[in-house]
Amino acid sequence: MAIDMSAPTGVGRPGDSPANGTSRGKGFRLNALTALIAGAIGYLFGHWAGNAIASGYQQVQGSGQNDIAVILGYLFGTVGWFAGLGALNYPIKKIFGCEPAGDEPSYEKGVGKYFRFTLDHKVVGVQYLFGMLTYFFVAGLLALAIRTELLSPTNHIFSPDIYLEVVSEHGTLMMMMMTSVVMGPFGNYLIPLMIGAKRVAFPRLEAASFWFTPASFVILLSALWMGGFQSGWTGYAPLSIQQGVGQDSYIMAFALMGFSMICASTNMIATIINYRAPGMRWSRLPILVWSLMATAFMMVLAVPVLIDGLYVMALDRTAQTSLLYGAHGGSPFLWENLFWFFGHPEVYLLAVPGFGIVSELAPVFCRKPLFGYKTSAAGMIGVSVLSFFVWQHHLFQSGMNPDMRPMFMLTTELISIPTGFLYLVGMGTLWKARIKFDVPMLFVAGLFFNFLFGGLSGVYLSDVPADVTIHGSFFVMAHFHYTIMGALIFAVFGAIYYWTPLITGIQLSSKLGKIHFWTMFITFNSTFLPLFAIGLLGQPRRVFEYAHRLQTLNDWVSISAYLLGLSLTFFVVTFVWQLAVVRKPSPKNPWHSRGLEWQGAMPPLPHNFDTIPVIQSGPYEYGDPNAIPMVEWGTNGDVTAPASVGGAS
Amino acid sequence: MAGVSPKISGDTRKHGTRIFIIWLVASIIGSSLIYFVLGPHLPPGTMTNQARGQQFDIKVLSTVATPVLLFVWIYMGYATITWRLKKGESWADGDGMYLKGNRKVQGWWYFITSATVLSLAVFGTYELIAPAGAGGGEGPSPIWKPASHHMLQVQVIAQQWRFTYRFPQYGGMETTSLELPNNTQIQFNVTSLDVIHDFWAYQLGVKADANPDVNNVAYAKPDQLGRFTVRCDELCGVWHGAMYNYGTVVTPSQFNTWATNLEKQNAAVTKLLPKYATTYTPSYTGAGGGYYPPGDPNGNL
Repeated sequence: MAIDMSAPTGVGRPGDSPANGTSRGKGFRLNALTALIAGAIGYLFGHWAGNAIASGYQQVQGSGQNDIAVILGYLFGTVGWFAGLGALNYPIKKIFGCEPAGDEPSYEKGVGKYFRFTLDHKVVGVQYLFGMLTYFFVAGLLALAIRTELLSPTNHIFSPDIYLEVVSEHGTLMMMMMTSVVMGPFGNYLIPLMIGAKRVAFPRLEAASFWFTPASFVILLSALWMGGFQSGWTGYAPLSIQQGVGQDSYIMAFALMGFSMICASTNMIATIINYRAPGMRWSRLPILVWSLMATAFMMVLAVPVLIDGLYVMALDRTAQTSLLYGAHGGSPFLWENLFWFFGHPEVYLLAVPGFGIVSELAPVFCRKPLFGYKTSAAGMIGVSVLSFFVWQHHLFQSGMNPDMRPMFMLTTELISIPTGFLYLVGMGTLWKARIKFDVPMLFVAGLFFNFLFGGLSGVYLSDVPADVTIHGSFFVMAHFHYTIMGALIFAVFGAIYYWTPLITGIQLSSKLGKIHFWTMFITFNSTFLPLFAIGLLGQPRRVFEYAHRLQTLNDWVSISAYLLGLSLTFFVVTFVWQLAVVRKPSPKNPWHSRGLEWQGAMPPLPHNFDTIPVIQSGPYEYGDPNAIPMVEWGTNGDVTAPASVGGAS
Repeated sequence: MAGVSPKISGDTRKHGTRIFIIWLVASIIGSSLIYFVLGPHLPPGTMTNQARGQQFDIKVLSTVATPVLLFVWIYMGYATITWRLKKGESWADGDGMYLKGNRKVQGWWYFITSATVLSLAVFGTYELIAPAGAGGGEGPSPIWKPASHHMLQVQVIAQQWRFTYRFPQYGGMETTSLELPNNTQIQFNVTSLDVIHDFWAYQLGVKADANPDVNNVAYAKPDQLGRFTVRCDELCGVWHGAMYNYGTVVTPSQFNTWATNLEKQNAAVTKLLPKYATTYTPSYTGAGGGYYPPGDPNGNL
């Protein structure tokens, strides 16, 4: 396979010639607005075409809407969206044998570049960061709506169908969008800087992976205007076949997010394998890179199965096949298996990047080498591999043949061994350390506290007899919020506080950060800890009515959730305020990190490094008086040497 | 590079021993409290063999989890107090201990976690098999069955958005309420007429998905009189939250009277029902309305 070793498109140097594809004349350029217009035109065309070719289907289904028209609308809308961004120009010209013009200047000032299809991994990282925060807060608002409904067991704010629309939107938004909350912003921005590369392997795939996400987000939210979908994020058939056209939004949005994950992870794997600087051996790779490598492999192996399942569901809803419906030869178990074959690795592809972040940050704030580096990497790989062998623990009472239950109980419990390595590594790193509780380290500590509840409660769910009581209850809800929000999102906030000075050159206030951490930590636990009890006491998920005896606990949770919302709002306001108004410059390498990403310019140069870095030692050699610097700056050069050059192995 | 701080390199206190002793004392107290004080009150109670088994599992898991939780808390708390930078200190004094790993510690960690996890898997498997599937749905061909050959058959029919119950041993009569005899082995045959539901009889310790065209079998043997709650535990559409009712465990004679009376009262209606079967194929009307197949004497389909 030929790897393009020429200067990266869009990330060249000032004065690079157009032949290098790095600059283009000023003038009108396609952007998010043109994409929106083209997307709307595409949707209208697809909807018209769907009605033209299958005008009778809405009568067959009695839904009043034609699923084929809606699906085609979204499909053509997405094509229009990408065409409106200009993302298709390059491949189309290539197909027709034309040499495409260069893309765009890499030294562009201002915020305009963040609204365009750009090939600079750092711009894509920032796009992802703000995109992901937006998706997270919108989905979080929906969570507050859910908690408002649950203030009373019998007096209702929403009708049952609206309530389930909100529940389904919240769950689906969080579960599909947050898969990229680390790989998107931090993976794309930091990985080349951490491995000493000037570019990523597939910048177009990387950019496409981001621009799938707003399309997916808008499509999923659009379901609210079409009656929503009441099948939850799990979309079990035949309920999902029975749903109105809102379910089509679920199918398309989740599939687009799946494509986004495949694009992002393909690029991530290729970049890490091929674009490491000389001397960046596998044993010197920052642990965050290992975690994202493991995550990327999970994505490329698990996500296609989800897309297959969604395709089957779309066929049932449009072509009237009966693949997920027992009466005519199909089976609802097919969807359950396909969905959870993706769904359980998904839980780990959410968690493992969080492990990577805290393992990356802990040595910096402990001034110690990462304890058990190989164990840490092996743990993440072990979790990734085992994650493909546990999915049926979601289906212990499903009615499938029970003979596999002991095996799935065993595999699920086995996965706690590599997961536990996180604690071995974290606790070993704390041993005789010099711990400084700056804001990022507080979030690291928060993760270790929270994930303990998430991890231990998972053992209850893996035990079949205990699972009979707690499956499908609020206990499960508490469990996965502890693993995803308590671990992943805490890690993300730690990462934001840690790397914002690098990305923006702006120092964030430690005082405000600590207020954010403590309020979030306390209200998070106050919100989700009682849910374990609520579940054990018999409240199923996704219900709008519950036992009166559980009202006090539910009210406590709702009030805590509002306070958690306030804490997160505090973050948004102070974060934006400090970035947009205060703009206090950060000192260089404010955390005194050995990490390669901190050794260059801050913020990084458009082309990352002036010279090729040559890696001399690992990133965590704290405490060694004889440690040599991690990097020696090499010779000038426009190409990023592959890792095989210069001793990387 | 600063090298190791003198504060760390000169520290000869036995931190490991201290942590171990604190943890051991706390774990003995904590686990004892969980097992003996909290344990008997843990859900789902002791109304059936299966519920008792689930309670025992939750109790054992909590007892095992407590030392793990305490170990991490005590270790982290100790580390925070002992090794954090105090006021006036900075990293300029030096770094932490240059320690990249410890084979002995890592080896013990692998061994203890592996042994614990494997033990729990063996324990869980035994607890699954011994009480005949532990109250969970075993599908149409259960492999862990109760020894008793005389079982009361109760068919649970779920549909949007209610449960009904058929008793084949009482002429196939169907009811909207559920009474069960005490000290009697019961076989629940759970099925659905439309989408996936889940029959969750909380106090009985029974949970089984209700799938269309599938007979999902679960077992329970009540040994306490009283009321229990039935909820749908799988999202099944708009009124999922309202899909619940209550059942009662009564004495065998009370049950027999209740069932016999209902069988007589409902005889005329029972005749119109489709013949008792383990599943009922929904008709083309789809959800909820498809109880009666085309051609059924009572159907107009």
